[in-house]
Amino acid sequence: MSNITPRDRTLPMLGAVLLAVIVLGPLLPKWALFLLTIAIAKGMVSLGLMLQLRAGLVSFGQALYYCIGGYTAGSLGRFFDISDMLLQMICGASAAAFVALILGFLLARYRGIFYGLLSMALSMILYGLLAKSESLGSTDGINILPSTIFGIRPVQEWVRYVVLVTGCSVAALAAALVQRYLKTPLGQLSPAIKDNEIRVEYMGASARKAIHVKYVIAAALSGIGGALAATAVGHIDPDMAYWTTSGEFIFITILAGTRSVAAPFLGAILFETIRTVAFDISPNTWQMTLGISLLLVIVFLPEGLWSLFSRRKAA
Amino acid sequence: MAVVLDARDLNKRFGAVTAANGVSAAIEQDSVVGLIGTNGAGKTTFINMITGYIKPDTGSIHFRGRDITALAPREITRVGICRSFQIPQLYASLSVFENMMVSLGVVLRNAGLGGFFSRGRPNVPGYDAPAEEVAERILERFGLGDYRDKNAQVLPGGVRKLLDIALTMAAKPSILLLDEPTSGVSAEEKFGMMEMVMAAVKAEGATVLFVEHDMEVVSRFAERVLAFYDGRIIADAAPEIALTDPEVKRYVVGGELHRMDEQKGAANA
Repeated sequence: MSNITPRDRTLPMLGAVLLAVIVLGPLLPKWALFLLTIAIAKGMVSLGLMLQLRAGLVSFGQALYYCIGGYTAGSLGRFFDISDMLLQMICGASAAAFVALILGFLLARYRGIFYGLLSMALSMILYGLLAKSESLGSTDGINILPSTIFGIRPVQEWVRYVVLVTGCSVAALAAALVQRYLKTPLGQLSPAIKDNEIRVEYMGASARKAIHVKYVIAAALSGIGGALAATAVGHIDPDMAYWTTSGEFIFITILAGTRSVAAPFLGAILFETIRTVAFDISPNTWQMTLGISLLLVIVFLPEGLWSLFSRRKAA
Repeated sequence: MAVVLDARDLNKRFGAVTAANGVSAAIEQDSVVGLIGTNGAGKTTFINMITGYIKPDTGSIHFRGRDITALAPREITRVGICRSFQIPQLYASLSVFENMMVSLGVVLRNAGLGGFFSRGRPNVPGYDAPAEEVAERILERFGLGDYRDKNAQVLPGGVRKLLDIALTMAAKPSILLLDEPTSGVSAEEKFGMMEMVMAAVKAEGATVLFVEHDMEVVSRFAERVLAFYDGRIIADAAPEIALTDPEVKRYVVGGELHRMDEQKGAANA
């Protein structure tokens, strides 16, 4: 078992899951298509959190970039009449990465709880700004234009399926790129930074720069997630940047574990499923059901859901 | 022989304490220099100034004619000066092999190799082999082959020391600074360990400065001794001369004997 590089079978598996979604998607009910799309969007954010967690950092404010992604998609429609899903995701990722590049100079200097709280503070600043901004709908938010892809508007019956397949394709590509990144010397530096930053510096590497890079990648992934969620829901509001949204992402990341780039998506699907089912069964206590399920994972699978798979393989 | 490292008139004060008081030393290529002195004499301060961890108040340090006084530790590592630590600095959650791989990864990265878009397995600069092979080779040379897949956290003290030094070899340093390489290692193992380290280091052709409290180890392995006392170098000569110098005997060797007596007393108590 290697800590510095996740196992290699991930890529064929990502391809297989993508194929399964394309083939089986039309058979699924609409609510399931929607649930999966939201899970994929949140899984993207969680993938970014995982990158940071591997270096020992927990961002309590990843919703900042989720929200930037969402509002970029919304603004493209509102001000430029652009409704192409892929273009929205690309612009969402770029806007988020650009903001992270600048904020990263500040964030990369901090570790531990300071990193977490500072990131949360930045996210809440965006929340405050959006809640006051009339042109972006203040607390009510704005609606997203009906989605198109490559200039084509899918018929109403198939919209959810098309959004899901597009989201899954982008997510699979992103996961594959992250997997490749984790194998580069810079990617492999993560657990080393977590363990011993002094040694990293005396080996001739800059921990701060490495963290900055991870922060920007994480922001780009979150921006894609935000744009996808905006497309799927058809509406955005400042709550996307609220600290409880960031909390959800941390919840998913801990649920999933950091052993595979596929884990965050699995974690997000489970999270959304538990929440939907729990809300359906008992609308007043669904948070408790979620809390108990996280507790069970922490107690029995301390390295996250993914350890279920790697354990079985090891046996 | 050519001077590789030239420290000139280094001064450093920490409040009322003078940790370096006009320290000057020119280190020649391929030499093995032992740094001796009682605790607080300024040995580690000297090493910390060379490696950029602390900056001297005045004075300069030149490496092959280049002024490195103001560089950060990682920049000094990149020019070819590496150090080990008195307390081993390892990646605790990784295996011995992974510790080595992370270090070699940094070397590759600093050489612009093994990036996101590169293909195949590039050779580590200076070793002409891919990182995996170099890692195995270095571990073997330091007698760490048997510990390859062990977690760094569970290693015995002496092995941790060896791994700490092995990690510094990844960058193939021109100058290696070893801070008390044998501290915490039993008396019987000291010589064997130093022999292994020196053989491994010399095979890669590095100039060595080592801090050591055991005068037997110093007289056996050092070609030249710098004796520190009260932030000054009070003797700079070959071991047989330096260790018999009256001032060194009084302030350093005597102090060390006293220290060893104390340790024995503590062990017997």
